[in-house]
Amino acid sequence: MQKRALSFYLLLAFFCLFVLFLYGPMITIFMLSLQGPDGALTFPMRGLSFYWLGQVFQEQRVGNFIEPFVRSLLLGATVMAITITASVLASMGFRQRFKGSTVIFYMTIASLIVPSILVSLGIGVVFQVMGWPTNWFSSGLGAHLTWTLPIAFLIMLGIFNRFDPSYEEAARDLGATDPKTFWEIVLPLIAPSLLGVGLLTFTLSYDEFTRTSLVSGQNNTLPLEIFGMTTNVTSPALYALGTLTTIFSASLILIAYFAYTAVVKRQRGKA
Amino acid sequence: MSETWKAFKPYALITPQTLVFLLFLVFPIVMIGVVSFWEFNGYSMTPAFTLANYQGIFTDVTLKTYLNTFKFLGLVWVATLLIGYPVAYFLAFHVPKLEWQILLFLVCTIPFWTSNIIRMISWVPLLGREGLVNQILMGIGLTQQPLEFLLYSDFAVVLGMVHLYIIFMIAPIFNSLMRIERSLITAAEDLGASGVQIFKEVILPLSAPGIAIGSIFIVTLVMGEFVTVRLMGGGQSASVGKLIQTQIGSLQYPLAAANAIVLLAVTMLIIVSILRVLDIRKEL
Repeated sequence: MQKRALSFYLLLAFFCLFVLFLYGPMITIFMLSLQGPDGALTFPMRGLSFYWLGQVFQEQRVGNFIEPFVRSLLLGATVMAITITASVLASMGFRQRFKGSTVIFYMTIASLIVPSILVSLGIGVVFQVMGWPTNWFSSGLGAHLTWTLPIAFLIMLGIFNRFDPSYEEAARDLGATDPKTFWEIVLPLIAPSLLGVGLLTFTLSYDEFTRTSLVSGQNNTLPLEIFGMTTNVTSPALYALGTLTTIFSASLILIAYFAYTAVVKRQRGKA
Repeated sequence: MSETWKAFKPYALITPQTLVFLLFLVFPIVMIGVVSFWEFNGYSMTPAFTLANYQGIFTDVTLKTYLNTFKFLGLVWVATLLIGYPVAYFLAFHVPKLEWQILLFLVCTIPFWTSNIIRMISWVPLLGREGLVNQILMGIGLTQQPLEFLLYSDFAVVLGMVHLYIIFMIAPIFNSLMRIERSLITAAEDLGASGVQIFKEVILPLSAPGIAIGSIFIVTLVMGEFVTVRLMGGGQSASVGKLIQTQIGSLQYPLAAANAIVLLAVTMLIIVSILRVLDIRKEL
């Protein structure tokens, strides 16, 4: 018994170190972004203020962040809408056996594990050969979908695996058509999961960099703008921007998680 | 409801998703294959059939780049496995309640949903010449001069990649550890197995599929990596991904395409060998 206790404390210590490794760097830039106006890129902290957080919203010498931010929001929303629609439809298709399902399944997996530079290069080559200009809302959108769609699809498959088909059978026996069954029975039941998947998809798109980097065209999304800044910004404004955008994505994830658990609890309470 | 509709329905449902993949995944990769045989005359590409782009890969410089990429892969793989396994093991076997397991797992997952770029930038104030680590080391008198290798080096690249991608190793291992029947471990204990024996004979073999899936993710993420190499390597570090990105930057699409095809082939080869050793079908 004593031996087990020792291994527990060793592993606990290891786990805490790991969490520190995961969050430590992030915490340092949070702290450095709260410096006074004469703050620098390294410790010690010089003063304490919200000066640099405010600077993010001002016109910058190196460009401004509002436009890329709006672009990333629009792109994220579009990616979310397409991903949800396509993945719900496809995962419903997979509830029934059909010829060719294995091929389609492996294509989805491939989209997840092909090195992302190939997706970016491939879309870039297609647009180049066709003579189309690359843009965040065309080639960039496609690049994002190759990343969000397989993840959403796999989550949706899991959700439908646990879905009780007797609800639909009951609706059908009572004479409901397929679309009616979907809108009145299936959709309300999977809605909390859709909310979660939707927010995950949005954050994935909002933070995506590698697949978009070669095909975003002239106007950058926010991660690309930040990447561009890393070489020529020497003030804590960079850290402030990092802090704000990290808080933004992290809160979306937390909202998704808590909304999902709350809705599930409420539904269980009803049943 | 007619029988024809019932047989046709799944195809109608998968059409939108399949179209997206055909348009933005399959067709682009086929085009990479085609363009890799085209001619490049210094500023533009013309349709042709030449092997010159592939011959360019078998030069000393490019082969070295490939070797360096393998070095990154090996180091990142070992590090993510050695750190990720104990973390997953702790979560699965030492955290008592399911709610706590999920919550702590979530704590590990949240950084993954935030921007990779920001996560890498945040190493700069820690590892730089005047960074916190060097300040502390010199403060307590362990070193006289700032350590240069901490940032903008191969060490920094590996550290950055481990930081970014370790969750891809932890999640599948955690998943396979959670599926292990607890009665198997009790049975082994009852039969007199020691803790080490239980781990070696029961837990490790049953979590092997999780290790395999995690390894596949690490392979595909590291092999095409160019952002970490660029940001943390500071110009000296080389990788195939970065080479491809540089070639695209100078519009040498056919050369980049040939490199991408070789990269894809090598990646697939590694994945197939992983699957040869470890069976993951039970996990899907």
